[in-house]
Amino acid sequence: MMSRYAIDRWSSRVVLAFGVTSFVVLVVIAAFIFRESLPALQEVGLFRILFGTDWYPSNDKFGILTMVVGSIVVTIVSLGIAVPLSLGAAVLLAEVAPPRVRALVRPAVELLVGIPSVVFGLVGMVALAPLIADISGKGSGSSVLAASIVLAVMVLPTITSISEDAIRALPRTYKEGALALGATHWQTIWRVLVPAARRGIMAGAILGTGRAIGETMAMVMVIGNSPIFPTGLFSTARTLTGNIAVEIAAAVGIHQSVLYVTGLVLFVLVMIINSASLLAYKRRAD
Amino acid sequence: MSKKILIGVVSAIALSTMLVAGCSGTSSITIGGSTTVQPLSEAWSESFDSDIEISVQGGGSSAGVKGAAEGTLDIGAASREMKSSEEDEYPNLIVHHVAADGVAVVVHPSSDVSDLTLEEIRDIFAAGSNDDWTVINREEGSGTREVYEDIVMDDIEVAPNAEFLPSNGAVKEKVANTENAIGYISLGYVDESVKAVKVDGVVCTEENVVNGSYPVMRYLNYITDGEPEGVVKEYIDYCLSAAGQQIAADEGYIKLG
Repeated sequence: MMSRYAIDRWSSRVVLAFGVTSFVVLVVIAAFIFRESLPALQEVGLFRILFGTDWYPSNDKFGILTMVVGSIVVTIVSLGIAVPLSLGAAVLLAEVAPPRVRALVRPAVELLVGIPSVVFGLVGMVALAPLIADISGKGSGSSVLAASIVLAVMVLPTITSISEDAIRALPRTYKEGALALGATHWQTIWRVLVPAARRGIMAGAILGTGRAIGETMAMVMVIGNSPIFPTGLFSTARTLTGNIAVEIAAAVGIHQSVLYVTGLVLFVLVMIINSASLLAYKRRAD
Repeated sequence: MSKKILIGVVSAIALSTMLVAGCSGTSSITIGGSTTVQPLSEAWSESFDSDIEISVQGGGSSAGVKGAAEGTLDIGAASREMKSSEEDEYPNLIVHHVAADGVAVVVHPSSDVSDLTLEEIRDIFAAGSNDDWTVINREEGSGTREVYEDIVMDDIEVAPNAEFLPSNGAVKEKVANTENAIGYISLGYVDESVKAVKVDGVVCTEENVVNGSYPVMRYLNYITDGEPEGVVKEYIDYCLSAAGQQIAADEGYIKLG
């Protein structure tokens, strides 16, 4: 008897310890990034870093606004590509496809998650970029478009599987009711099932956004890394993550500290996205 | 009782690990930094004493200086001289010239441009990418970039809309695959996949760099924390020997005279 109580007591403590650990790790990382950012924040100032448009560290120009815009633009364009594709794939898997097709497509989509991002980057660099260079007729193909397409493929599985689960989780009565009222299968899917599952689909899209904005390696390889405002789909750009990855190895002093500020900005950006998704989720739930 | 045995076993394993680690500290060398020096370090390490394990990494010249100072690297590789800020920060570092190198300005093999003046090159890089050129630059902290900015750009900034790539190899790859690209790489990386343009009428060859007629030349350096000792000293002595310098020449770099 005693031992059973002991197991209960200890197991709940162990679980609590795990939970607290992940929270502590978050706090420690945040504190570390902030501490490393301090020299730059004091010497250059948050305003000049955040709203500066010139990046040339060897001449003490530390503006990252171009990269904030770069990250946001690439994320939006990639979601514009990925969300319709994922929604189509989710509907196919949940409603349309016969079991045999589903058994083939679903694992294929899930396998995409397991491909390392550097491989996506490589394919983007040697296959996609030259194609885009041909279409645009100039430059090397490194562009916002190339980056967005690569990113879209990377977030596709996340949005697809969450959306599919959301559609599958709907009560059977929704579908039966719609069909009984004389709606076709197609009408049922687009007028009833997809709208009813929109919360789950939103959640998938937001998770995809989080992954997209944090993706680094593949971006460095296909976006050209120019610290400028993107002027179009064929323009090069630089993302916040890419800025850190390309320069951290060689950065010293204030330059290094500014890269931590870049990380801080990224951190805040992701927190804003997550909070927005929580808010949206809550309001829908009420 | 069993607990004591366990502790004994664990400490024995820990102790032997420490001993092995201690020994390997004297028979292995870690080199890192400049991607210009990297192929050369690899060639030297292959022909050096096979009992000594040498690991060669990239990372850029600034990372080489930093790594040598912080002790994460036995030898830091840099394709430029130490900056005065680095000399102030790490006064114990010692620079050894191990070879010399030219920085070649390269374009796509099909390009009809084959001869540019320093001033024209500077103007192209300052103007940045446009319908005529796709300009490829290196990342901040690259030794090749620093030498290039010093000698060619004369402190004029490269336009920010240039593409930024993190290594000599990546720049060569990009230029080889982009018809109107222009970039700059170490002479040691030049091969038939790209075309090195004449600068002020002079071809970037070993001979022209040595006799000073080609303008963009620099030393390649190994940096150690204090005077090198033991296998690190043996290795650097080997690099500077006649055999070592011949390897440098075979790899497309320039022997020290």
